[in-house]
Amino acid sequence: MEKDQNNILEEVTNSDYKYGFYTDIEMDTAPVGLCEDTVRFISAKKNEPEWMLEFRLKAYRHWLTLTEPTWAHLHHPPIQYQDIIFYAAPKRKKELKSLDEVDPELIETFNKLGISLDEQKKLSGVAVDAVIDSVSVKTTFSDTLSKYGVIFCSFSDAVQNHPDLVKQYMGSVVPSNDNFFAALNSAVFSDGSFCYIPKGVRCPVELSTYFRINAANTGQFERTLIVADEGAYVSYMEGCTAPMRDENQLHAAIVEIVAMKDAEVKYSTVQNWYPGNKKGEGGIYNFVTKRGICKGSHSKISWTQVETGSAITWKYPSVVLMGDNSVGEFYSVAVTNNFQQADTGSKMIHLGKNTKSTIISKGISAGQSNNSYRGLVKVIKRAENARNFSQCDSLLLGDKCGAHTYPYIKAENHTSIIEHEATTSKISDDQLFYCKQRGISSESAIGLIVNGYAKEVLMHLPMEFAVEAQKLLAISLEGSVG
Amino acid sequence: MLSIRNLKVSIKGKEILKGINLEVKAGEVHAIMGPNGTGKSTLAYVIAGREGYEVTEGEIIFKGRNILGLSAEERACEGLFLGFQYPVEIPGVSITNFLRTAINEQRKYKGLDPVPATEFLARMEEKKKLLELQEKLASRSVNEGFSGGEKKKNEIFQMAMLEPMLAILDETDSGLDIDALRIVASGVNKLRRPDNSTIVITHYQRLLEYIVPDVVHVLFDGRIVKSGGKELALLLEEKGYEWIRKES
Ligand SMILES: Nc1ncnc2c1ncn2[C@@H]1O[C@H](COP(=O)(O)OP(=O)(O)OP(=O)(O)O)[C@@H](O)[C@H]1O
Ligand SMILES: [Mg+2]
Repeated sequence: MEKDQNNILEEVTNSDYKYGFYTDIEMDTAPVGLCEDTVRFISAKKNEPEWMLEFRLKAYRHWLTLTEPTWAHLHHPPIQYQDIIFYAAPKRKKELKSLDEVDPELIETFNKLGISLDEQKKLSGVAVDAVIDSVSVKTTFSDTLSKYGVIFCSFSDAVQNHPDLVKQYMGSVVPSNDNFFAALNSAVFSDGSFCYIPKGVRCPVELSTYFRINAANTGQFERTLIVADEGAYVSYMEGCTAPMRDENQLHAAIVEIVAMKDAEVKYSTVQNWYPGNKKGEGGIYNFVTKRGICKGSHSKISWTQVETGSAITWKYPSVVLMGDNSVGEFYSVAVTNNFQQADTGSKMIHLGKNTKSTIISKGISAGQSNNSYRGLVKVIKRAENARNFSQCDSLLLGDKCGAHTYPYIKAENHTSIIEHEATTSKISDDQLFYCKQRGISSESAIGLIVNGYAKEVLMHLPMEFAVEAQKLLAISLEGSVG
Repeated sequence: MLSIRNLKVSIKGKEILKGINLEVKAGEVHAIMGPNGTGKSTLAYVIAGREGYEVTEGEIIFKGRNILGLSAEERACEGLFLGFQYPVEIPGVSITNFLRTAINEQRKYKGLDPVPATEFLARMEEKKKLLELQEKLASRSVNEGFSGGEKKKNEIFQMAMLEPMLAILDETDSGLDIDALRIVASGVNKLRRPDNSTIVITHYQRLLEYIVPDVVHVLFDGRIVKSGGKELALLLEEKGYEWIRKES
């Protein structure tokens, strides 16, 4: 407990918490590139048990046999894996004395999002002095959780303190050989979150990465594991609406969710990584593998995502519906502007009887960007009475952007009902003029129309996230209509 | 309030308005009538600042200032309102949210803080009563799935909420049933003040029995060819536009 508190203090006061790791390790860096020694180095740095190193090495060896997938509608120069530093100790960033030293454009965005001054300072790396509040909030928070037996900690802590749970579930949903980026993550992941909700417990608070003990940035290869035991419920929020900058161009995360009988997990994401500049230079490549398994009957997993950032987004949050009567949901808004590219969607794999899935995807493209929906609905032979409803809408702003839909359906059981609807629309001049005639500026009008379009998805976000996400959508599209 | 001098407007090189002159004083109600396709809506759009129209000559003076250089939203913030002949649907945006945004943007333009939520809701209630609107209408998306009449009523509701200096109502009476027409007209009348003005564009003399105009104009082939008192509307109803065609 005391150690946690110290970490909290450190996190809040430390100006570069955003870029640092959780322990105060010596300043050193893995050699450039990736080889078996790099993997051993990372594992050693983190003081990992043998089984964890074995897991990493196995993943690494498999990764060597794989090649980068090329089927997505994405274009980028080849990633030079041997030029990447896969483990770096925290860089001390120059501490800024006041917000005056921060990029004014960033401050403007913060203001538009309604982020408090203290929060702005933290996010942009200005020293914060008031810590009392945050500490007490944190303490109350972890007290509450431990009362319910909820485990919520960094992945590294979980490896040390809850090895049995980690061993049991890690890689059980996304095996280390699942795909190129999953194998890479499994070999070199830096840190992430671990969350376990015991039987019958309804987690009383929304868990967010913001409140995670040791919530320092987990680097480019993040790994999250959420297990909801029988009858448990948890709502988990990842990310934040504030713009996130990172020196690392390549991000390859894994999120695994396990829902046992009667359990429910709601996972919400707001992704606002640096998308690159208006000319399409720089920006994060985000290759994520997110998958949940409804292991027990009557379990439910919902993914809700608002994707506005990254130069490249490659992401298909999926649900394996193994338990009978289980439910999978995917609600997504993906915005691309300027030269951003997104290839995102969902996979719903129906294995159990009477399983139900819903996919609502809203793509918004502006500038010269490309936005693709890619989804798979699969029903195996024994999955009687499976149902899926998919709706994939695209909204185009301007005529230089692209929207594509790739729905794949594989139904092996004739009792299944699979519905797919798709629409493409534009913001019409009539709509814009109607808003302007009421005194609403073009920018606000676009924000209003886009939020209306995305409403079906936004309403699935937790309240505090939803309000911020609405502002974020409007801001992401600023300057997209002349 | 509004004076238009020798306004000539083309769309894609084709001249639609061929020298309009119009003078509307504070407190007045003007009616514009005329056959289909003569440029009534075009005139309304050009006053409101819609893009895509080429003003080749003339000026539009609103509250003592030429507004041709102002954007549509600036004109709206200056107190100009257009009730659309064909109101536009905005899916997913509730009327409440739409109006709150509009009012706050107009207030921002005037250097005022956003309207307090309680004040806004009270105003909504008051105006809903004025127009005998259904309770649930305001939570529905702007015009989405509205009947023709509901759309027109919603236009007047917005006008009531925004309290413009000059309202141009483009065929607001078309599509209204007899009761709705009476409610809408009485709403417009109640909103009349000595310092605001209204221009109603209509095909029917019937509306003008409820909203009594000070002046009636006949727009014909891009020109105002005749102006007169409310009796002119009756005469048109009786004789049709052929009579004007012969005179002009
Ligand atoms: N965007 C446009 N492109 C081409 N022609 C246009 C456009 N808008 C209007 N016009 C033409 O301008 C003329 C005037 O149209 P307008 O809509 O102003 O008529 P109106 O008097 O309002 O008619 P109505 O009584 O039917 O509403 C018509 O001939 C119409 O076809
Ligand atoms: Mg018309």
